[in-house]
Amino acid sequence: MPRNIIDVTDLSVEEIDELIATAEDILANPAKYQDACAHRQLATLFFEPSTRTRLSFESAMLALGGGVLGFSEAASSSTAKGETVGDTVHTVSCYADIIAMRHPKEGAPYAAAQFSEVPIINAGDGGHNHPTQTLTDLLTIHREKGRLDGFTIGFCGDLKFGRTVHSLVNALSRYEKVKFVLISPAELKLPRYVKEEALKKRGIPYKQTESLEEVMPELDILYMTRVQRERFFNEEDYLRLKDSYILTPEKLETAKQDLSILHPLPRVNEIAVAVDKDPRAAYWKQVKNGKFIRMALIMKLLDIRV
Amino acid sequence: MNIDSIQNGVVLDHIQAGKSMDIYKYLHLDQLDCSVAIIKNVRSGRMGKKDIIKIDSPLEVDVDVLGYIDDKITVNIIRDGARTEKRRLQPPKKLVNIIRCKNPRCITVAEPQLDAVFLLSDPEKHVYRCAYCDTAKGKKSF
Repeated sequence: MPRNIIDVTDLSVEEIDELIATAEDILANPAKYQDACAHRQLATLFFEPSTRTRLSFESAMLALGGGVLGFSEAASSSTAKGETVGDTVHTVSCYADIIAMRHPKEGAPYAAAQFSEVPIINAGDGGHNHPTQTLTDLLTIHREKGRLDGFTIGFCGDLKFGRTVHSLVNALSRYEKVKFVLISPAELKLPRYVKEEALKKRGIPYKQTESLEEVMPELDILYMTRVQRERFFNEEDYLRLKDSYILTPEKLETAKQDLSILHPLPRVNEIAVAVDKDPRAAYWKQVKNGKFIRMALIMKLLDIRV
Repeated sequence: MNIDSIQNGVVLDHIQAGKSMDIYKYLHLDQLDCSVAIIKNVRSGRMGKKDIIKIDSPLEVDVDVLGYIDDKITVNIIRDGARTEKRRLQPPKKLVNIIRCKNPRCITVAEPQLDAVFLLSDPEKHVYRCAYCDTAKGKKSF
């Protein structure tokens, strides 16, 4: 059975630390890895649009000397003819050595893994999970703070449908002395099951609030999210909630000097462009880190060591 | 009321009063050709009232279904008119095609030919989660 990454908790803390170490080594010595995946093929099956995730997977595989194939929307695959996820993945696993898959339905990569002969990486399944974004976030936190424990992290915006938030809360709950501050409107709170499974069961402290300003001075890391139009069944609800939180230089005046601001991107208007110049803005570095952690993950799943 | 004793078969005892028809349905007992007795609201020292099902056939009972519905049920195996085994149930760790996910965003709703898989996430509260999308389903919703 191939090894799949459907949820970030499919990786142990030790494996995540190992991936971060490999990514750091790739950043320091890219030439050492340039042929690591020569003659291997990555299929990117994107049933839902994406810029960063798809391109970073493809860029990662190309930087490892491998090849890429795939599609970037369901309309250009046999899904448009009614083919099941299982049949599509079974077919593609005959042509590729590893698959990265994004799908609007929750659990589609788990279903795909039952039919695949090669490793499946979940590149985002609806509002559910996005483990490689989480690995990107963890690498970014590690690079910014030099550790993955002993800090206060605030999650702000859409914590209900924000899959990156669910995955990162899960991942960080396995590290010591991490305090969670959950900042959202009442309608977009972190789902109860995430709080129960990741935080309450482990006795991890967390605070819920609707005010970003109130908690800003406490934070070591601020993880901003976008209110995603595609997750709402009702346009009115989206319009009512989309501008709940907008981060501006003024709001950052009470923040710590060594705060790190993360965002999985794309943003709409939840971080003012003026914040980009603030040295605490880490979200463009986060984009770059995504490629290197995916390189490390591809190598691990293909069992390639350099 | 007299219900004949069975010679070779299964007696499901300590069923929560009123739940016997759920069990009849989920064990597909309607498809059996043998005698099946459903005894409702029997007095019980421990439970106050309980239901009992007697199946006059050496049937292999799906203990996963029973353990999911009610792990307090006892399964008595009868051979030659005597009880030869008393099985106590536990909530199963995995349910396959017993319940289905109702999350409209779940892939199993869009592709119903997929196996519906639920995993036990909280044994104390009897909470199961869809293996695909993590949506919870408790015993009460059965």
